[in-house]
Amino acid sequence: MSTALPVRNRPGVATKASSQKDASQDRQKQMLAEHFDKLERAPQTGQKVVYTFVPGNLTELLGALDLLPVLPEINALQSGMRQKSAGYIAEAEKAGHSEDVCTYVKCDIGMLRSGNIGPTGTKIPPPDLLLLSYTGCFTFLKWFELLREEYQCPVVMLHVPYQPDGHVTPEMRQYVVNQLKDEVIPALEKLAGKKLDMAELQRRLRLSAQAEDDLVAVWESAKHKPSPIDGYFGGVYYIGPIFTAFRGSEEACAYYSELRGEVEARMARGEGPSTPDGLMGEQRYRLVVEGPPNWTSFPDFWRMFAKEGAVVVNSTYTRVGGLYDQGFRHSPEEPLESLADYCLGCYTNLGIPSRIDLIEKYIKDYQADGFLINSVKSCNSFSAGQLLMLREIEQRTGVPGGFIESDLVDPRYFSKANIENRLQSYFQMIDARRLRA
Amino acid sequence: MTTNPSPDTDLAFGGDRASVLLATARAMVEDLHLGAVHRWKAANPGGLAIGYMPVYAPRPLLEAIGCLPVAILGGGDQIDIIRGDSYYQSYICHIPRSTIEMGLGGHLNCLDGMVFPSLCDVIRNLGGMWKMLFPERWSAYLDLPQNFALHLGGKFYASELARIAKELEGRGAKPLTAENLRIALKNENRRRKAIAVLDELRRREPWRLPASDAYLLVRAGSMLPALEHAEMLEEFALAVKGRQTRPFDNVRVVLVGSFCEQPPFDLIRTLEKAGCDIIEDDLMLGLRYIEHALDEESGDPLETLAHGFIKFGAATASRYIGEADKGAALISRVKATEADGVVFAAASFCDPALLDQPMLEAALDKAGIPFTSFKFAENTGQFQVIREQAGAFSDSVKLWGAVQ
Repeated sequence: MSTALPVRNRPGVATKASSQKDASQDRQKQMLAEHFDKLERAPQTGQKVVYTFVPGNLTELLGALDLLPVLPEINALQSGMRQKSAGYIAEAEKAGHSEDVCTYVKCDIGMLRSGNIGPTGTKIPPPDLLLLSYTGCFTFLKWFELLREEYQCPVVMLHVPYQPDGHVTPEMRQYVVNQLKDEVIPALEKLAGKKLDMAELQRRLRLSAQAEDDLVAVWESAKHKPSPIDGYFGGVYYIGPIFTAFRGSEEACAYYSELRGEVEARMARGEGPSTPDGLMGEQRYRLVVEGPPNWTSFPDFWRMFAKEGAVVVNSTYTRVGGLYDQGFRHSPEEPLESLADYCLGCYTNLGIPSRIDLIEKYIKDYQADGFLINSVKSCNSFSAGQLLMLREIEQRTGVPGGFIESDLVDPRYFSKANIENRLQSYFQMIDARRLRA
Repeated sequence: MTTNPSPDTDLAFGGDRASVLLATARAMVEDLHLGAVHRWKAANPGGLAIGYMPVYAPRPLLEAIGCLPVAILGGGDQIDIIRGDSYYQSYICHIPRSTIEMGLGGHLNCLDGMVFPSLCDVIRNLGGMWKMLFPERWSAYLDLPQNFALHLGGKFYASELARIAKELEGRGAKPLTAENLRIALKNENRRRKAIAVLDELRRREPWRLPASDAYLLVRAGSMLPALEHAEMLEEFALAVKGRQTRPFDNVRVVLVGSFCEQPPFDLIRTLEKAGCDIIEDDLMLGLRYIEHALDEESGDPLETLAHGFIKFGAATASRYIGEADKGAALISRVKATEADGVVFAAASFCDPALLDQPMLEAALDKAGIPFTSFKFAENTGQFQVIREQAGAFSDSVKLWGAVQ
């Protein structure tokens, strides 16, 4: 009798039947295509375009005023996945941007200077307004200063205070609400040419909460063994609609409802998540990952985990657009306060001690075997302090920590052999700990 | 008193009081164990010394509650980094490494607390790391407003200031009173004026007061009470007039980008030796940040302090530009100081400075103002390349002209 594992149970080997796409994937693709199509036609339709950022985005507000959002970080990561970012970064560096700074910024500026062609191959129109939601990342502030110089367009800023001690004070909340009332909403109304309909905003917030419920159910499915999802590599697809243009829409609700159904069905069948090579087999390592992924070699990066049977049961990157699994929901009862709480609560807006507490909780709640940091050169908001986090979390949980380095969208900083070696050593370390236990 | 060395020191400098004060300042700047702070604490039993990271902290608030504000500007090239490096990846700037090194090495034990003002993500996160590394010591993140409407950012900032004062009161500081804050504002105004006199002297006669000297004198005061520092500068300004010196055929430059991590002192000297009179800079920006005297008689001095930040804060990379013209403030400084050009000197991996620089360069280009740029780390030890670059820049400005 052969000692080989059945194909389904061998780590990293996918079943043939599983390479089919889920319906939710097709739905998301269709949603994105329609959005970029609307953007391309905006100069003709007259619909106004607002560039803004993912953390602390005010999508319901934009939607209630019929404004179309563009998220430059998403464009940058898509450029990375489409192997366009190296050229765009080179273009920006040629124009005087330092090699030391955020590659999302340089990729975006390079893309703009190369015709501003978006991820679906359509042209992205210039902004009618830059909505600088300054949440959790200093670079955002400089990024939109740079874009303002490039586009010569108006900009409105929302300063979201940082949460150094893990709680929102009444002063912080009121500061954000007052800015929304006095500056952000008037600027958006002026652009839209109409007053904000509060009932419409509330309707959208209600839809947001509905989608957020489903997303949380998806995240929490990873507590099950085997996990039916990968909360990092797969997770970045799951957050797509809710982090971008669709929160507060019927389309987002339909997407998350469908996704939840698919995940629950996989869980009922005892199946793992999809990987670039089909359904995942045996899950040997359950990991929590801190830090954004590398986008330029995303499938290769994912395979390094999947082929070893490593499934990511939770990740902090998928919380940059909101900590819904910690109980936050958008609320129609207090619309502006709810938006303020959302902005204040994004993961990168939390102090290092709070981030450590959260990761510790994730490791325990999701029964993780390991904790891994992908430290990206571009993002000091994430990266500065991660080595201390690593030590502290190892000490608190006893779970082995791993550390790898790459970048968001600059392929010069992705060393495949180096990362793969480190990961393999890390998995061996987990094995060794198990043996000792 | 820290600024009043013994008669022996005076004799060593042949009775040249300006040189004595300079030597004192240099000794203070190079003293990583913060002797000046120890002396202040000995003279003020029970007083709290509160460190703060760049760029700006509300020093009058701290002085008003009986605290000594102490600017922490890293370890420069005076300290070997061993433990500090183990907390940071290679692509992160140097100042947090040396600050952690100093903290773990006991250099900062005389501090009763630390303030981490919002500047960039690295300093922000260092604040969180500090809480983890030194849980028994008080520390606070200070969210400086990026909204410059008085009723929005101004109001929020006033609440931040009140919070800091309250927290420190809980640690033994005096309660904040309007009267004490007015006195602190008055002292800070006097210091501001003394720095302005020094800056004006440097602009007019850079051969008499080179930037390297001015730098030491201003930086030394970042660990002194405002009044004591003002007196020191006033005395120096009088004494330096007697200095025997002569003009040099140098170009006049504005130095930009060193508002946080400070270049090694020898780098500043290198630029001077390469033929650049630095007649304006953003080194020690924190002490010059509020560009206007604040109302010493205000009925609500806390609001005055908060609104001072909003209304009179210096244009710098960490401050949102809003709807203003990027680079306009720099061009105006170049013109006001009759500078020939700009030298960008940013710390490696400094997000604020390096993200800002392309916009400033574009504005200078448009205005026909020549510039050059390089990067440094606080512990850079080799200056030959920078000297050659600065020398070439200086020659080119002399040969082909400056501001058009």
